[in-house]
Amino acid sequence: MSEPLIRLENVGKSYPGTDAPAVGNLTLDVYEGEVLVLVGPSGCGKSTTLRLINRLIEPTSGRIYLKGEDVTEMDSSKLRRKIGYVIQQVGLFPHRTISENIGTVPKLLGWDKETISARVDEMLELVSMDPAIYRDRYPKELSGGQAQRVGVARALAADPDVLLMDEPFGAIDPITRDRLQNEFLRLQQDLKKTIVFVTHDIDEAIKMGNRIAILREGSEIAQIDTPEVILSDPADEFVENFLGSGAILKGLTLKKVRDIELHDIPAMEMPVLRDEALKVLENSLEKTAVLLDKDHKPLRWITEASLNRTAQPIEKSGKPITIDLQPEDTLQDALGVMLQSSVGMAVVVDRRGKYLGCCSIESLASLIISDGGGSSSS
Amino acid sequence: MTLATPAKTRRSPLADRLDVIVAPVFIVFLAIIGAVVWLYSDIDNTTRSILAPEKLQAQMVDTVILGFASSALVIIVAIPIGIAVTRRGLPRVKTFLVDTLGLAQALPAYGLIVIFFSFLGAGINTVILALATFSLLPVLRNTIVGLEQVDQAVIEAGRGMGYTKRQVLFEIELPLAVPVIIAGIRTAIVINIGMAALAFLVGGGGLGETINSGLKLDRSPAILIGAVLVAILALIFDFLGAVAQRYLKPKGM
Repeated sequence: MSEPLIRLENVGKSYPGTDAPAVGNLTLDVYEGEVLVLVGPSGCGKSTTLRLINRLIEPTSGRIYLKGEDVTEMDSSKLRRKIGYVIQQVGLFPHRTISENIGTVPKLLGWDKETISARVDEMLELVSMDPAIYRDRYPKELSGGQAQRVGVARALAADPDVLLMDEPFGAIDPITRDRLQNEFLRLQQDLKKTIVFVTHDIDEAIKMGNRIAILREGSEIAQIDTPEVILSDPADEFVENFLGSGAILKGLTLKKVRDIELHDIPAMEMPVLRDEALKVLENSLEKTAVLLDKDHKPLRWITEASLNRTAQPIEKSGKPITIDLQPEDTLQDALGVMLQSSVGMAVVVDRRGKYLGCCSIESLASLIISDGGGSSSS
Repeated sequence: MTLATPAKTRRSPLADRLDVIVAPVFIVFLAIIGAVVWLYSDIDNTTRSILAPEKLQAQMVDTVILGFASSALVIIVAIPIGIAVTRRGLPRVKTFLVDTLGLAQALPAYGLIVIFFSFLGAGINTVILALATFSLLPVLRNTIVGLEQVDQAVIEAGRGMGYTKRQVLFEIELPLAVPVIIAGIRTAIVINIGMAALAFLVGGGGLGETINSGLKLDRSPAILIGAVLVAILALIFDFLGAVAQRYLKPKGM
């Protein structure tokens, strides 16, 4: 990879009066445009590490480089204005309106009023909040999820290259958290910021990170790699324990439906005659077929048994197909749909809803096995 | 997380305004008592001369000046000290100060004035200093508490955005501490106006003179009217304090 955007070189932090340093001797590179997740058990020093980067905590040893420039001795307040910072408790200024909150760093940087106000509106829209409604409100009027949206908008307002996030979605209910995570990933696709993200939640780490650094006590890196490699090839017992038993299941969130080989299930386009249908089913290995409408959209699962059981027209036999998958969905979604479906398979459609094929539990299992997922004994 | 609670429990508008309603009610009540005493009791020439309007006026002005001067002194001294001891590295000084000043408040104001008198002699400055010492604690304590109750996450966010320590103090901590600090100042002013009645002891003037004359010459109407006036003055300032608390509170809180 190219030159790292952020480089920590032998950085350490110890507090007087304690034996073990909070951060031992950490060397860490963060590359431009990536999301690096620092994850580890509580007390491992991951938050401290994050705050060493913007020097909210001054390191006792080592150097910090930003874009190749040594910022270890730079005026720390000026440094922080170049780095976005989001914390779990959000920390919006309660005596300032939402727009004043978002405009904090631009104001510190001496932007003029019109520029700031335009930027504030832009930021609010970026985080899907209507500027007309929220601009002049105060933080206490926001829900937890909204507050963190504003927190993210505030951190991005001065368009910093680097964003530090300390468990940003940790204090938010699971449903909202999931939504914020997805929105954030979508934002990041456009923004391409360099992000260091701290969490204690390995699932969040796998979901958010391009690379994950698993830290043990003293902020020592146990393993740093892409989520795929960490899941399939944990470096040691510590990492394995930290991943927990569900590593294979977790890995499913990293793969998409398009990675899987689609099962060849015969499809029948409406209108079909019963005899034709029976013939098709006879040739089908699974004794199952998919009934499509005129636009090639899947309607129902048809099985031989269901056809023989009733004299009903074909479009009323079998079980209806209620959920379908798209190639961009994760395999974890696919697994869920398959388990719910009456035939143990899920229909895959393209963006317009046209039938592409089916995926089955068997094909999922063979993908996992061929990948060697979880091949290391645990 | 405190920010997530959208609406506080709604209070009735009356209960919400209680702080600005109580004082005026009492002021009216006391004024009626004063008027009744003046109209219906035996007012002889001595009482009349004690209660001469120009005398009362001068004494009231004295009382207000004493109250204001000592309170101003307290504000100038206590708030910077409060800020200084809440900065990092001075927790011991803070405990020491709060304890010592608590002791000063445990002393009777009367004794404090006399002690200051024996060092500084008679005069208005002695009274101002004594009163200021006596009422330093509420302002200092509220400054400390007010600054310490500011949500650490907000300070952390401010630092993280790139505020300098000084900016954090003036842009975040002090504005958020204002309601608590003003409450302390309000307490101090009321204490000082009330205690200014003792200023006459060391030649500091004030409404205490009327009460004292009434006592010495055995004229209860004079005592009562003097006392009522002191109380009304204190209540007026309490009321002004309540109004200040209401309107100087930062928006959004």
